[in-house]
Formats: sequence, C-alpha cells, structure tokens
Amino acid sequence: MNVAESRCSHSPLTIGPQEEIYMFTALFGSVEVGVIYAIMALGVYLSFRILDFPDLTVDGSFVTGGATAAVLIISGVNPFLATIAALAAGFLAGCVTGILHTKGKINPLLSGILMMIALYSINLRIMDKPNVPLLSEETVITKIASWWQGIGFDSMMQSLFTSIGLGDYIPSTWGIFIVMFIIAFAIKKMVDLFLKTEIGLSLRAVGDNDGMVRSFSANTDWLKVLGLGISNALVAFSGALVAQYNGFSDVGMGIGMIIIGLASVIIGEAVIGNATIVRATLAVLVGAILYRLIVTLALRADFLETGDMKLITAVIVIFALVVPKLIDKQKAGARKKKRAAQLDSAKLNGGDQVAAARTDL
Amino acid sequence: MLQLEQIYKVFYEGTPDEKIALNQLYLHMKPGDFVTVIGSNGAGKSTLMNIISGNIFPDYGTVNINGTNMTAMSEHKRARKIGRVFQNPLAGTAPTMTIEENLALAYNRTKPRTLQFGVTKKRRDFFREQLEILHLGLENRLQAKVGLLSGGERQALSLLMATFTKPDILLLDEHTAALDPARADLITKLTKEIVEKFQLTTLMVTHNMQQALDLGNRLIMMDKGQIIFQANETEKPNLTVEKLLAEFQRIRGEALLSDRSLLA
Ligand SMILES: Nc1ncnc2c1ncn2[C@@H]1O[C@H](COP(=O)(O)OP(=O)(O)O)[C@@H](O)[C@H]1O
Ligand SMILES: [Mg+2]
Repeated sequence: MNVAESRCSHSPLTIGPQEEIYMFTALFGSVEVGVIYAIMALGVYLSFRILDFPDLTVDGSFVTGGATAAVLIISGVNPFLATIAALAAGFLAGCVTGILHTKGKINPLLSGILMMIALYSINLRIMDKPNVPLLSEETVITKIASWWQGIGFDSMMQSLFTSIGLGDYIPSTWGIFIVMFIIAFAIKKMVDLFLKTEIGLSLRAVGDNDGMVRSFSANTDWLKVLGLGISNALVAFSGALVAQYNGFSDVGMGIGMIIIGLASVIIGEAVIGNATIVRATLAVLVGAILYRLIVTLALRADFLETGDMKLITAVIVIFALVVPKLIDKQKAGARKKKRAAQLDSAKLNGGDQVAAARTDL
Repeated sequence: MLQLEQIYKVFYEGTPDEKIALNQLYLHMKPGDFVTVIGSNGAGKSTLMNIISGNIFPDYGTVNINGTNMTAMSEHKRARKIGRVFQNPLAGTAPTMTIEENLALAYNRTKPRTLQFGVTKKRRDFFREQLEILHLGLENRLQAKVGLLSGGERQALSLLMATFTKPDILLLDEHTAALDPARADLITKLTKEIVEKFQLTTLMVTHNMQQALDLGNRLIMMDKGQIIFQANETEKPNLTVEKLLAEFQRIRGEALLSDRSLLA
C-alpha cells in the first residue's frame, strides 16, 4: 500500500528471522507514516485543544491537500510549490468553516460537517476523478529520496549495522523518515512559538474564556477563523505529503481523519502530558507515531484485516476516553470502601450499642 | 467622559415575558467620577453595564464615550476604552494560561496584537511591578497557571488586568459578590487604591450599601430600569444606609429588596 511496505521485499509467509525482519520494516514504516500524520494531528490539536472547537472539516481538508498537490504535480508544477499550494487550500477551507460558525452563527460541529460534505464534492472537482495516481511523477518524496541517496548516509548506516550483525534489521533508507521528522518537528516548534506571540496568546484565550478575550479588545470571530485556517492548513499539508508518500490521491483518503488526529492527541497526552504548550505539542508528535505503531501491531493479529483500521481507531479513542474515568471511579470506590471499613471498625470498638444495633439489621 | 442618553432596552418584546430592562435612562459622568450603583434585583444594573461595554445594544438611545458616539460599535473595539471586572471570578481570566500570559493578554487591550512575543523580559518586569500593588505575592508566581489561584486571587488579578492599562471607563459589576467577606474586603480595598492611583472614571455596581457609601464620589439607585435617586459629590458624604432605605421607601412606597443582604 505505501512506500514503506512496497520497499520491503520479504514475503509475510516466511517464518523465523525473516518474519522478524518483516516486522521491523513494518514498524519502521509505521513510524515514518506516523511522522507525516503528526502534522495533521498538530492541526487537530489546534482546533480541538487550543480553540476548543471540534472541527470535522479535517476529513475534507486532508483530501483537499492531497488533491491540490496531486493535480498541480501532474500538471507539471514543482512538487514543493504544489505542497505549499495544498497548505493554502486547507487554510481557505478552515477559514470558511470559521466564517460559517462566527458569521453564520452555525454550531461548531455542524459548521465542520457542512464544510466536510461540501469539500467532498470540491475535492472531486479538483481531481476530476476519484483517484489520481502519482507513481510516475516527481514528488516531494521522490525528490527527497534521490537527494538523500547522494548523501551516502544509508550505506554508512548499512555498513555500521552490518558490522554488528544487524544489517537486515535496519530500513533500506532513512531519508524520508529523517526529513519528515525534521519538517514535523519544525512545524511543532513554529506552533509553540506562534502560541507565545500576542496573537497566539489571544487565540489560546479564545478556547479558554472567549468573553474575557473580547473584554480585552480581541476580535474573537477573527481569531477563530484564523485558528481554524491554520489548523486546516496543517491538515492539508499533511494530506499533500501523504498523497505523495502513497503515490496517489484518493477522494476517500480523509475518512475518519479527525478521529485519527484525536487519537494521536489523546494517546500523546496520556503518555507525555500537556502541562505546557511545548510539552503538549511534543505529545501530539509522539501520539501520532504511537497510534501508527498500535494500529500496525493490532493489524498483525490474524482475525483483523486492513479494513478494520477505522474500527481499531475508534476503539482506541473510546478506550482513551473511557478508561481514565473508570480508573478514577475505581480509585474513588476503593477509597470509599477503605474508609467504610475504618469507620466500621471504629464503631465496633467504640460502643457496644452501635454494634448491637448492627446485628439487629 | 461617559454620556448615556435616553437608553431604552426591552427583552422578549411582544411576548408575555416582555421585560423593559432599561427605560429611558440618562447618565453623565465626568472624568475621574467614581459612581456606585445600587438597586433591587432585576433593576437593570447589569444591563446598563452590558450596554456601556457593547455586550448588548440598546433599542434606543446613545452611548458616548470620551466624545465619540459608540452606540453601535462592537464590543471588542470599544474594549480599547473600557476595563471590566465581572462578578464571577472565573470570568475575567484564562485558567489554562499563566499569570504573565494573562497579563500580556490584558496589556494588549489598547494596542493591536502582532506576532511579537506576548511576554518579553521588559514586560515581565513591568508585570511584576504591577502585581506588587496587590500585595498577594503573585509577582513571584508569574509562571503559575491562573486556574490554580483562589477565587480572591483570581479576582484581584482580574481587577489589575482591567486597570493597569488605564481604561477611560472602568466597569465593575458586583465584582466582590462571589467572594467570602474577608476576600471581598480585600478586593474592595484594592479597588479603592487602584482607582485612586490611576485616576479612573469608574462605574461600580454593588449589592452592599455600605460599600456603595464607602467608595466613590457619587451614588445612583436604580429600580425598574430607571435611576430613581442620585447623590452628588456634596450629598453623598452625608448619606447613611438608613437614609438610603428610607429614600427608596419614600419613592417606591415599598421596602427595597436588593440582590443580597443589604447591610452586609
Ligand atoms: N440577556 C437577557 N435576556 C433576557 N432578559 C434579560 C437579559 N438580561 C437581563 N434580562 C432581564 O432584564 C432585567 C434586568 O436584569 P439585570 O440588568 O441583570 O438586573 P440587575 O443586574 O439589576 O439585577 C431582568 O428582569 C432580567 O431578567
Ligand atoms: Mg446584575
């Protein structure tokens, strides 16, 4: 399906060490993909956590990014420019959702759903067909890969690991992973810095207490539009990279994207925490990678198929939302029981009357 | 500084719930005036504040601030001239942001927001200096999340945030009502100090008649959307709670039922 898997020549039917090597390659592939999707998850973090706006535009704007980049690349535009154009398209889509909500006074969920549905048709219009293959095109991914080949890093790693007998266990190329990691990390850093600027601070306050922000002369409508624009710009940027990574843009590739983003945010927060912005955005990166690893491992179970991925995602999110509450309840229950036991024993020791009364019950 | 002319506001017009919240109200304030507002529950005090701040718009009448007609100006634009503290201590601050970030947000009330950092070293020093006015030690907790502060601390911070940029008008709507008596006294004292220090033109709603008498140079009493009694600079110092109650009785022919305990 994706480059990482097609790069792996091992047959899944082989057993023993081969199987193990296949597994490593698959896991590395999922980390690689996770880093690209992390950019989308950062977008979701901005809308969900910073603006407190559950924005479902994401399912559509992810495809808008892929579609815009694919169509521009096919028509001969430089793939880097095409990817930037995708980012701009996502920004516009997010702004429209923001305007629907702030000027049209439509509820946040509905604004997002309306935009998501509208984008489905718009994405089809952009691509002119449900699927645009990019396999024979120069893309950002192929450009990075060929530039990376020239550096000689891979052969160095290969000889290094071969010398310690692990040559088979490392990926054949590190280029995509490293470059994507740098891009994702740079975007994280930019988000961190942006959220510390005067505009960024007011954006955060909008999600926190928007009446208060207005009383300090910030235009909350405009800030919401801007925030949703930036959020969807990141989502579309990620969509453009994913399309180039997979070698096609498909009108259905955004389905459930919002839940994947949310899963990444929640998993990351559970593992890393969100005490500060710097930490919270790091959590999103880690969460996106962990999410891919979990899904890859889950799909290895015999009774699960690729088509079950969305179900697995939904289950992960449900678990992440419900389990902490259950644990809290459990803890509270245990505390209550302990206290009841203590009080009971105090009663028994404290007076015969109470004890007698109890036996009557 | 502030002129309200014939302000009229009705809610749920044309329904059985129709309620005239403000009925042709006039109010003029000179620069440096500190007007305390008392009145029964539902008299229209909060509506008055909301109309001045642009949170709601009057059906009739004009709002002039500093010589500019602002009747139809949006809330956030008007906020450049207005500082506000709400009754709810949670309403005036952003809980997940730090003390210095909240102050940075408030610092921008009078200027457009840019892509500069909100908290710089210079500003941090300035914030620290301002926080010292509160005597709560918040100047040593600049990086603490505001959500961790007590109600009193949050309200003190809200008060500082609303005032340290010297607004043309300061609006206080029962900003001590949600606090325990000790905290309420602290905020009252701070209000007095800050208003004097910055020479702010202030309109303060309070349910506490003694507070209304202790603070400010003028007093107005509202009922049923109108100002039914006023005391000017020369009259106010001679007022007592008993006189106010008697005044209400005389005008309305019934006892004053305020929001909460009157003589608190
Ligand atoms: N947003 C609103 N919608 C409908 N009715 C309102 C609204 N705000 C205030 N009112 C009504 O207007 C009247 C005056 O309210 P308010 O100004 O809050 O009184 P006060 O602050 O003096 O207690 C009340 O009867 C109240 O129910
Ligand atoms: Mg009120």
